Amino acid sequence: MPPVTPVHYLFLSMALFTIGVIGVLTRRNVIIILISIELIFNAVNINLVAFSSQFASISGQTFAIFVIVAAAAEAAVGLGIIIALFRNKETVNADEIDLMKW
Amino acid sequence: MLSEYFSAVDFLLLKPAILLTIFGIGVMLTDLLLDERQKYFNAVTALVGIGFAAVQMLRIQSQMREAGVSEVEAFRGAIVLDGLGIFFIWLFLISTAITILISFRYLEIENEHHGEYYAILLFATVGMIFLAIGMDLITLFVGLELMVLSIYILAGFLRGDRRSNEAAMKYLLLGAFSSGILLYGMSLLYGMSNSTNLRVIGSALSQRPLGDPLVIMAVVTIAAGLFFKIGAVPFHQWLPDVYEGAPHSVAAFMSVGPKVAAFALLLRLFLVPLGELREQWEPLLIGVAVATMTLGNLAAISQSNIKRMLGYSAISHVGYILLGLVAGNETGLKGIVIYLLVYVFMNLGIFTVVVAMRRRDLVGDEINDMAGLMHKSPVMAILSLIFLLSLAGIPPTAGFLGKYFIFLSLLETGHYTLAVIAVLYVAVAIYYYFRIVVVMFMQPPADQELPSMSLGIRCALGVTAAMTLFMGLYPEPFIQLATGPVLAILR
Repeated sequence: MPPVTPVHYLFLSMALFTIGVIGVLTRRNVIIILISIELIFNAVNINLVAFSSQFASISGQTFAIFVIVAAAAEAAVGLGIIIALFRNKETVNADEIDLMKW
Repeated sequence: MLSEYFSAVDFLLLKPAILLTIFGIGVMLTDLLLDERQKYFNAVTALVGIGFAAVQMLRIQSQMREAGVSEVEAFRGAIVLDGLGIFFIWLFLISTAITILISFRYLEIENEHHGEYYAILLFATVGMIFLAIGMDLITLFVGLELMVLSIYILAGFLRGDRRSNEAAMKYLLLGAFSSGILLYGMSLLYGMSNSTNLRVIGSALSQRPLGDPLVIMAVVTIAAGLFFKIGAVPFHQWLPDVYEGAPHSVAAFMSVGPKVAAFALLLRLFLVPLGELREQWEPLLIGVAVATMTLGNLAAISQSNIKRMLGYSAISHVGYILLGLVAGNETGLKGIVIYLLVYVFMNLGIFTVVVAMRRRDLVGDEINDMAGLMHKSPVMAILSLIFLLSLAGIPPTAGFLGKYFIFLSLLETGHYTLAVIAVLYVAVAIYYYFRIVVVMFMQPPADQELPSMSLGIRCALGVTAAMTLFMGLYPEPFIQLATGPVLAILR
């Protein structure tokens, strides 16, 4: 079995990143969009940890921990905002969130 | 052992940020002791916190002058306080202070006067400070997240208002998306240099071969993420929606503080690590700047909601500021610095007028709500005229000064076509800004009720108008002021 090189990880993270971007752009459920954004953050984490082990340096892993924390905070605020919106509007469909248009 | 890595001097540099954090937590705690009528006390606490931070900044600056240094590093190069950082911190402190001044009466009218508002405002300021002085990808990222997370919450602060919910939702989704894209670029930068320090990354990138796909991908993702944050075309769609839906005072804050902070991040990333790759991102930047000016100015013409119109006008200002970066010489950077300084005061000024239009029976964000303001409150009408003239860039107001340096730098570097386009769009801008003036001065008032002029709003209007006029009439000290930051960038 050939060894797993950083290039493999790079392709994995790129694939994950692309799936996340496509998810944000095409899905209409707000919660699915949030999950797609989490995918993007995880693609970043894979990159950071893979580079970190390649360089044998700790800073990439530290960065990944900060990213995880920020992603969790973002999910918490996001779900709070979704609940506030749902109380007033009873929908999580991005196409129906359309009060403001020109 | 902590002392092995960090010294006490490192923490002294961060004193303004630490004080703001402490006061933010303090506001949340004292808020529990106050009853409904005493909530203005929170605003006073927050203002005192900003005062303390400002005093600390002055002390740090005087110590730096005594030691004869223009730049201090801390936390092993993760934080660099230079002329640019000092300049931006002052802008953030001023814009947060003015936002607090205009907020408390407005929040009372909205029945949402909670202490958290001021606490979150202070936390957002801390995040912005880290964006201005960070020299490390991790520091910059955490500062950015602290700032945008605070603003998501502030944008949705009117929980019962559907437009506010919707603004928060849109801003959250697109903001988190753009953070992810920016972060992906940052991870690639780390992968190419084995360091999170911007200066080390810069020297590592300059050794990569020309047209390296990884470099191109990193530049594109970082540029896309940053363009989202500053609201440049084609990533601008969230901006008018969020300005329209967010509470008036928050829209005022968002249009200056976080926008200037995003520019601080953009300048750092484009000039330090990506500075060597100038020929790769310059065509991209020219296209984006022209598209931003075009769309911002043309879309602003047809708006009937004043906050939305100011949103599009903010987009067009972003285009002008990016042109300064396209020129990239000393005049251009001076132009960016002066433009941001001027922009903070004139934009906060016009938003203060919008905040004052909010009454119990009137949302006050339609242009027609301003009808007959000249008859109801002549002072406010004339001050709005000054702000609008300045936004359009007409002398003797401050807005002219910012545009002057940008245009001059374009001519110096031979971008004649760009200069012509930029000047032409000023004419368009005059048209839509003067629609408001016509409504204010020519139309009869719809009712006789006066706009709400609280003490805070009076102070905010006075400060912003005085600065807008003063900078236009006597620009010399402010041009001097801009040399420090510019030297810090060029070094």
